[in-house]
Amino acid sequence: MWWTAVALAEPVALVGARIYPVSGPPIPNGTVVFDQGKLVAVGPSSQVTPPAGATVRDVTGKVIVPGLVDTHSHIGTLGPTELNEGSGPLQPALSSIDAIDATAVSLQVAQAGGVTTVNVMPGSRNLIGGQTAYLKLRDAATVDELLLCPDRRGPGCGGLKMANGTNPQGEGTYPRTRMAAAASVRQVFLDAKKRRSELDAPHKRGKPAPAPAPDLAKDPVVEVLRGERVAHFHTHRADDIVTALELGEEFGFVPVLHHVSEGWKLVDRIARSGAPCSVIVIDSPGGKEEAAEMSLTTAGALERAGVPVAIHTDDPITDSRLFLRSAALAVRGGMSEPGALAALTLNGAKMLGLDARVGSLEPGKDADLVVLSGEPFSVWTHVEQTWVEGVVVFDRATDARYATGGWDQAERYPGGAR
Amino acid sequence: MIGWWSVAFAADRVVLADRVYPVSGPPIERGAVVVRDGKITAVGAADAIPVPPGAEVVRAAAVTPGMIDGLCSIGLTGPLNRPFDQDHLQPGDPVEPELRALDAYDPWSELVGWVRELGVTTVHVGPSAGAPVSGRTAVMSTAPGPALVPEAFVLVTLGEASKEFPGSQTRMGSVAEVRQALAAAREYRERRKLPLADRPEIDLGSEALVAALDRRARVVAVAHRADDLLAALRLREEFGLDLVLAGATEGYLVRDAIARAGVPVWVGPVMQRQWSSLGETHDGTFENASLLAAAGVTVGFMTGYEAYVPKVRVVGWEAAIAAANGLGPDAALKAVTLTNAQLLGIAEHKGSLEVGKDADLVLYDGDPFEYRTRVCGVWIGGASVTDGSCQ
Repeated sequence: MWWTAVALAEPVALVGARIYPVSGPPIPNGTVVFDQGKLVAVGPSSQVTPPAGATVRDVTGKVIVPGLVDTHSHIGTLGPTELNEGSGPLQPALSSIDAIDATAVSLQVAQAGGVTTVNVMPGSRNLIGGQTAYLKLRDAATVDELLLCPDRRGPGCGGLKMANGTNPQGEGTYPRTRMAAAASVRQVFLDAKKRRSELDAPHKRGKPAPAPAPDLAKDPVVEVLRGERVAHFHTHRADDIVTALELGEEFGFVPVLHHVSEGWKLVDRIARSGAPCSVIVIDSPGGKEEAAEMSLTTAGALERAGVPVAIHTDDPITDSRLFLRSAALAVRGGMSEPGALAALTLNGAKMLGLDARVGSLEPGKDADLVVLSGEPFSVWTHVEQTWVEGVVVFDRATDARYATGGWDQAERYPGGAR
Repeated sequence: MIGWWSVAFAADRVVLADRVYPVSGPPIERGAVVVRDGKITAVGAADAIPVPPGAEVVRAAAVTPGMIDGLCSIGLTGPLNRPFDQDHLQPGDPVEPELRALDAYDPWSELVGWVRELGVTTVHVGPSAGAPVSGRTAVMSTAPGPALVPEAFVLVTLGEASKEFPGSQTRMGSVAEVRQALAAAREYRERRKLPLADRPEIDLGSEALVAALDRRARVVAVAHRADDLLAALRLREEFGLDLVLAGATEGYLVRDAIARAGVPVWVGPVMQRQWSSLGETHDGTFENASLLAAAGVTVGFMTGYEAYVPKVRVVGWEAAIAAANGLGPDAALKAVTLTNAQLLGIAEHKGSLEVGKDADLVLYDGDPFEYRTRVCGVWIGGASVTDGSCQ
C-alpha cells in the first residue's frame, strides 16, 4: 500500500473525497490541505489547489470527517479499578492523568474508531470523582505527550467529574440516599465559594499578598465556580438531572450533563438551563434501574429543543470502534444527520472548551481527520485512516486488527499481523 | 401487551417488497409473499404471483424471515437488575441439568417485547453461563404462547464463568464436573434397565443428561477461550454428544479443529465488550463468524447474557456487524434465520420464506442490516405483533 503509518512530507493534500467540515455544508468533491499539523485549506477541489511540493493523495470516493471528539471515555486506563477511588465519595484532588498509560492498547483501538480527542474521566463511583483529562490521541509513550495543556498540573488539562444517582451510593462514608448525596455536594460548593472569596480578597483590596497555599481539594472546585473548569456531571434519571442543574443554578455554573438517559422526559427544563448534553447511546435498554427507560430518542429530542448535544462512548460501556454507530442510532431515534455528525465532533469540542483547535475542518485548526470508506452512518462503512495533527495514527490497510479485534493475536490471526 | 397465543389471520395477507429475502434462495427483486392461515402460501416475483381477491396488501422495502436468537437469557432476565426480575442463574449445585429455562421464561418481559419489535420472532433461551452443567434450554416464540421446544438443549458452561460458580475453581475442575455428571448419567441409564426392584428412582437431572447421551437432546457448550472450546470438543468425543459451541470468542483461533469435528458454532454477541471482568473476551474479533464460516464451520448468531447496561441485545444488530466485517449480508442473514432454525430443529416451520412454513416475517423500510433502517412490521404466524406501518 502507498499509505504509510508515519508523517508524510508536508504539506499534504487529500483530494477528491466528499468532505463534511461540520462547520459548513458538505463538499461533494473536496480537497483538504494541511501542513505542520494544521489545516491550511478545505474546499471544493475546483477551488483548492495543492501547494507546490505537497504530497497529494487521491481519495476519490472516500468520505472525510473531522477527527471524532469523545467527551466521555475511560480508555488508557485499567477501567473501574483505576478510576473509581473507593476511599470516599468526594475526590476533587484526584486526576485521571495519574491513571493513564499512554501505551495502553485501548488508545489505539479508539484511534481505529476515528477518535482523535478524548476526555478520559474518573468513574461514577464518587459524587466528585476527580479531574478529567483532555487528550489528543497521538502515538505516544507518556501521558504528557497526549495532553492538550502545557503542564499536567496546570489549568486547561481537563474538567471535574461529578456524579449522582445510584452509582455513588454505598456503605461507610458513601451516601445511602439522593438527599445525602445532594447535601454533601452542596457543602463542597459552599466551602469552595468561601475559598474563592479568600483567594480573591487580597486582590480586591489591591494589596500585594503572599499567594495562599494551594488546596488540592478545593481549588479544582473553585475553578468550576470561576468557569475555568467544566463540571462533567454523570446523571441518568430525570430527577437526578434536575438535581444537577439546580446545583449549578445555586452556585452559578453550568455543568455539561453526561449520559442524560431520561433526558427525553424533560427536554424543556434542560433547554432552559443552557446546559449542554453529552449523551450516551446504548442500543437497548436495561441493566440497571436508571437505564431502564433509556431511549434512542433522547439525542434527537434534545437537538430539537435547541440543546447542544454531543454523543460519547463511555468506553468500555460502548466500544470506541462503534462510535459512529452510536451516532447512527441517534439518527435512527430522530436526530438529524448533520446534528449527529456535530455531536461526534464540534459540539463535543465546545463542551471541552477545545473548539478553537478541534471539532471541525477549518483552516488553522489541528489536522485531525478521519477518512471513511463511505457515508458516516452506514453499517457498511469502515474507518480507513485516522489522522492526528497531520500524522496517520491508524490505517486499516496495516493496522486492521485494532478495528476488527484480535490485536494481541497477530501471529495466530489468519492473514498475519494485519 | 399482546395476548396469549395470538390468533392467526384466516384471510390472505400479502407483502409486496422491493426486495424479498427468502434465505432458502437468492433475494427476489420486487417480490411478493402471500400468507394464509398463518402459513406462507406463495413466495416469488410480484408480477408472477396474483394477489388473492380480498387480500390485505402491505408494502415494504424489504422482507426477511423472522430473526432467531441462537442462545440468550431474554425473558429470564428483566431490565432492572434487581432480584425480583432476575431468574437466569441458580447458584448452588455445579451440576443442575434439572433446571428448565421454560420455568423462568416470562413471555411478557419488556425485553422480549423489545427484541420482538426489532424483528426477533424466536428465541432459544437458557440459564446464563455459570454452572458447568447449567440446565435445559427452551425454544420460544417471542409472541406469548406455548414453547416451540419446551426442553431443548442441555447447557454446559466452561471457562471462567464456570470457575466463578460455586464448586470447582479450575478448568480441570469444571470439566471434571461435567465428565463426572455424564459418566454418572451413563451409569444411571444402565441401571434404569434393571428389573423394577433394582431400578433407581427417576431423577430429573439424570434424565436430561441421558437425553444428551442418547442424542435426543443436543448439548450447547458456552465457552470463549480456544482451550475451553477444545475441551468441549473432547467431551463431545468422549460421550458422543451432539454438540453446538456458543459464544466462542476465540473460535477463529481453532477454526480448523472445530471444522474437522463438524461442530456448529453460535457466535456472539458480536459486539461484546472486550474488556470483560472475566478476561476471556479480550481477543474477540468482529471477523470471528467470517473466519469460522470460511473454514467450513456452520455459523449461527446468539446474544447470550448481559450482566449490565444494556440488559439485552438484538441478534440482527449483532449479525449486522459480522456482515460488515467479512461475512457479507446474505451469509449473515442466513446465519441468523435458517441456520439458527436448523440448529434448533425447527427449520420445518421456521427460518426461511418457503411455502408451507410459518409466516414469521419482518418488514423493513430499507436494508435490513443498516443502522437507520426501521422494522416496520413483525408478523408471527401471519399475525402482526407490532403496531408499526411500512406505508
